[in-house]
Amino acid sequence: MIDSLFPHGITHYLVGGLLLGVGVSLLFVMTGLVGGMSTVFSSTWSYVSTAKFFQQARFTVSRQWRLFYAAGLILGALVYLFTLGNGVTFQTAVPWWMLLPGGFLVGFGARLSNGCTSGHGICGMASLRLPSILAVLTFLFTAIVTAHLVAALGGGS
Amino acid sequence: MKPSSLLVVTLAGMLFGFGLSLSTMVKPEVILDFLRFRDFGMLLVLGGAVVVTLLVYQLAPRMMNKPVLAAAFGKHQSELNRRTIGGAAIFGIGWGLCGVCPGPAIAGLGTGGWPMLFALAGIFAGAYAQGRWFGD
Repeated sequence: MIDSLFPHGITHYLVGGLLLGVGVSLLFVMTGLVGGMSTVFSSTWSYVSTAKFFQQARFTVSRQWRLFYAAGLILGALVYLFTLGNGVTFQTAVPWWMLLPGGFLVGFGARLSNGCTSGHGICGMASLRLPSILAVLTFLFTAIVTAHLVAALGGGS
Repeated sequence: MKPSSLLVVTLAGMLFGFGLSLSTMVKPEVILDFLRFRDFGMLLVLGGAVVVTLLVYQLAPRMMNKPVLAAAFGKHQSELNRRTIGGAAIFGIGWGLCGVCPGPAIAGLGTGGWPMLFALAGIFAGAYAQGRWFGD
């Protein structure tokens, strides 16, 4: 039963998930910041776009720390790569013509919704916010339907 | 922001990036396997993260007057409206297509997954289109 639900084991999932929680918690306890990941994709545009939307205070005030947060993500992944990861890099088999439009919808949707898997999924649900819980149920539903449709049409292995 | 705060922000990001890598969330294949009901590991990742964060979000403001390096605890902002739910629906379609969400798109660069640059470019473009033409 466990093997069929989790063919790759459970330990790395659980420990990894706990570490995500520790990172978000450290941020909160030390700085009071609530950190989802998708906002950086809007706030960073405020450096180059004069559009009124991007020049809102919520982006211009937070754009600096959000970039440091994103840099931390890359550094942490690098630390993993050269410790537990044994230096083995990973190349996805998902083709670029699915990554690019998929990414576009991810960016557009997450910013319209004001949150993604980390903003609504972790921070919002941990804040017991009903809008976030409903957002998570919504994107899980459309993602599962989409992934099954793509598989049925012969995309992906 | 104070250098000490930026250092903490970077460390918090590093824990997050390490966690995303260890839990293999940086691999689109693992996300797509979850969405196709082949491996439910992603639920353990999300569950583990939410339980820890829930405890700290609830307890820290009760046990401390303020964060160590700042004046006040922030609150998660989300509103129940069509944008929140409609945006989530669009996000999910994209996520189901490519298996990449914003955190792993960034962290994936650190594990050498350079094709993630395509997803990253798409996310930046999508965020621009949203703000430029569909911002509130």
